[in-house]
Amino acid sequence: MKRVRALLRDNARNANAIAYTLMILGALLYPAVVQFATAGNGDYLVGLAADGGIYILMAIGLNVVVGFAGLLDLGYAAFFAIGSYTYALVASNHLGVTPLGHSLHVPFWIALFIGMFTAAGAGALLGAPTLRLRGDYLAIVTLGFGEIVPRLFKNAGIWTGGVPGIFALDVPTLPGWITGPWVNQPFGWVPDFRFTTDNLTAYYVLMIVLIAVVVVLVHNIYNSRLGRAWMAVREDETAAAATGVNTVSIKLLAFSIGAATSGFAGAFYGAKLSYVSSENFGFVVSVTVLAMVVLGGMGNIPGAMLGGGVLYFILFWFLPNAPAQVESLASAAGLGVLNQVNPNGWPGIAEEVSRSKYVIFGLILVGIMLLRPQGLLPSQVRKQELRHEEHEAIAAPRQLQG
Amino acid sequence: MVQRLRNSLTSTPTASAINAVGVVLVVAALVAAAIRIYQGGAGYFFQTIGFGLAQGAIFALVALGYTMVYGIIELINFAHGDVFTLGAFISLSLMPLLGLNEGQISGAALIIPLLVLFVVTMLVCALVNIGIERIAYRPLRHAPRLAPLITAIGMSALLEGVMNVWRGPSQLHYPDFLPEYQIPLGGGVTIAAKAATVIVIAVVLMVVLTLFVNRSKLGKAMRATAQDRDAAQLMGIDINRTIAATFFIGAALAGAGGIIYGLYYNSVSAFDGFTYGLYAFTAAVFGGIGNIPGAAIGGILIGIIYSISDGYFSVSWTQILVFAILIFVLVFRPTGLLGMRVPEK
Repeated sequence: MKRVRALLRDNARNANAIAYTLMILGALLYPAVVQFATAGNGDYLVGLAADGGIYILMAIGLNVVVGFAGLLDLGYAAFFAIGSYTYALVASNHLGVTPLGHSLHVPFWIALFIGMFTAAGAGALLGAPTLRLRGDYLAIVTLGFGEIVPRLFKNAGIWTGGVPGIFALDVPTLPGWITGPWVNQPFGWVPDFRFTTDNLTAYYVLMIVLIAVVVVLVHNIYNSRLGRAWMAVREDETAAAATGVNTVSIKLLAFSIGAATSGFAGAFYGAKLSYVSSENFGFVVSVTVLAMVVLGGMGNIPGAMLGGGVLYFILFWFLPNAPAQVESLASAAGLGVLNQVNPNGWPGIAEEVSRSKYVIFGLILVGIMLLRPQGLLPSQVRKQELRHEEHEAIAAPRQLQG
Repeated sequence: MVQRLRNSLTSTPTASAINAVGVVLVVAALVAAAIRIYQGGAGYFFQTIGFGLAQGAIFALVALGYTMVYGIIELINFAHGDVFTLGAFISLSLMPLLGLNEGQISGAALIIPLLVLFVVTMLVCALVNIGIERIAYRPLRHAPRLAPLITAIGMSALLEGVMNVWRGPSQLHYPDFLPEYQIPLGGGVTIAAKAATVIVIAVVLMVVLTLFVNRSKLGKAMRATAQDRDAAQLMGIDINRTIAATFFIGAALAGAGGIIYGLYYNSVSAFDGFTYGLYAFTAAVFGGIGNIPGAAIGGILIGIIYSISDGYFSVSWTQILVFAILIFVLVFRPTGLLGMRVPEK
């Protein structure tokens, strides 16, 4: 009891500890609350949260690259695509229709790691020749890579299913699973459980477990020698190199670990959707994940997770629902004229709201960088650094003449 | 060049292995292209080159803005490609006001309204770009380098979003005013009048820009600021005004590029600018970022490569090829074709 009290006292003012606690509580209570609030019809929302977990995983991974090591990766979705397609190839009938003629059905738990290591390998392959470039050139190389990879998958013809993509991927399986009233069944034990869309709660639980594992791993790496080396490279590469940090291999590790997380998320994404197509991995995915990291707070794991959760909620729940809401609001307010489609341009207020997604993106990125560059839940280290920069800016006279 | 190549080939084992792979790939691509071109015949080749020159002229106009901004504040202005689309959108909305309705106006009567259209559009784009600089880049001039890059992406998304809300996400028809006949160049070689018009407009604009940067006082201030901002400030140059002027000129060229793009392709959509901007950026990097003639040459080359890939190989691989060139140039020769090797700041 005494130790618990000491723990509470020590962490009561630690924003990260509070954030972790709230996130754990939220994750545990979310399915129950949703099912209760929607009177048992909350499966859709639970599944949506499981999909959101994919973005949170990617935000954690990109945070390693951008936040910890200070490398701007604008083609992060490429590794996501590589993870997904790898999963699709090793866990579906697709390889049977390719010239290879033999389909592979690697179990989900192994295929997840195959996807992860393939993405990490791709990250190392791209990083090895390019990581010696300076910051913004690296951003451009990754951007080019992110544009190339989905197009390669699209053009690779029979190997990747071309434009339609690959269908009917294997779903995760477990030796057993608990069912209960949350899937409208009595309590019980199901042997040889298969994850299907009938039981989205299972996907949700799996997602939470995967996130927890990744957070623990990344957190430990950050607090290790490697994490300190990242910080050193981020702050001053020359000084870091002078103190004996092998900057190239350190950056390569950050890049590969970020890619691995993305590939991991991608493999899960393929399994959950049971389908991959090159349309799902465009630049917009990379920017979304980047916006999540920036919004949450670069260099802080719970920050990236929080940013991921908040932005996912805005983009995939709030905005898709907003048009209908605005429409009914306009009718209720007696402004029904706004809902009518005018052939000379006005497409109806619902359409306008759904088109404004990119405006919101842009406003978040610009607004956060200008008003709160440290993000919603800032990293204490980076906060100091940004404050330091501000002092410098004030100290330097902007204009010397009159 | 040969010496440089030899040096780069013998520096370190891994670097030389990477460079050898690069040389082999480039040679293989050139040989494949040469074989296809030889099989295709001369007429088709000149048609492809004419198309490539027109496209390259537009790339060059957009690339100039990237290269000027990068040269002066070392920022990749991601919003630049969208300022280019904005030019097409604004001119599209201005056309009915200037009496430029498709099918009702042609020949010499076009010249004055088109001139007004160019001037007004370029001005509006330039003012928008100055606004972007003022809001998103100037406050972050002393921040870590990542910060303005992220606001640039944000501004790009914002502009795309605004155009999307304004005119919708679908392809818009852009009126066709340019002549459709072929101009003989002698020896049986012809060039489409449409392509020729585009090339002439772009070349005129680029000549004016070069003269301005090389001869005018503001141009001198720009070159000084690009070289050393602090020293330029000590010499009494108003840095903020000079940087704003750079954004002004870059956006005016991009706006003109947007009109030419619309007139040439007769179709435009809110999201064209991002990919097109990336091609133009590739052109700027290819020519040597920060180098004005380099951007023009890079634009023309990328345009020709683009049209050769479209014409002789597959359209679906062209984009991959252009982005592969981008990565290639950055990995093997980050200074581009004409760029100088500069120490990192």
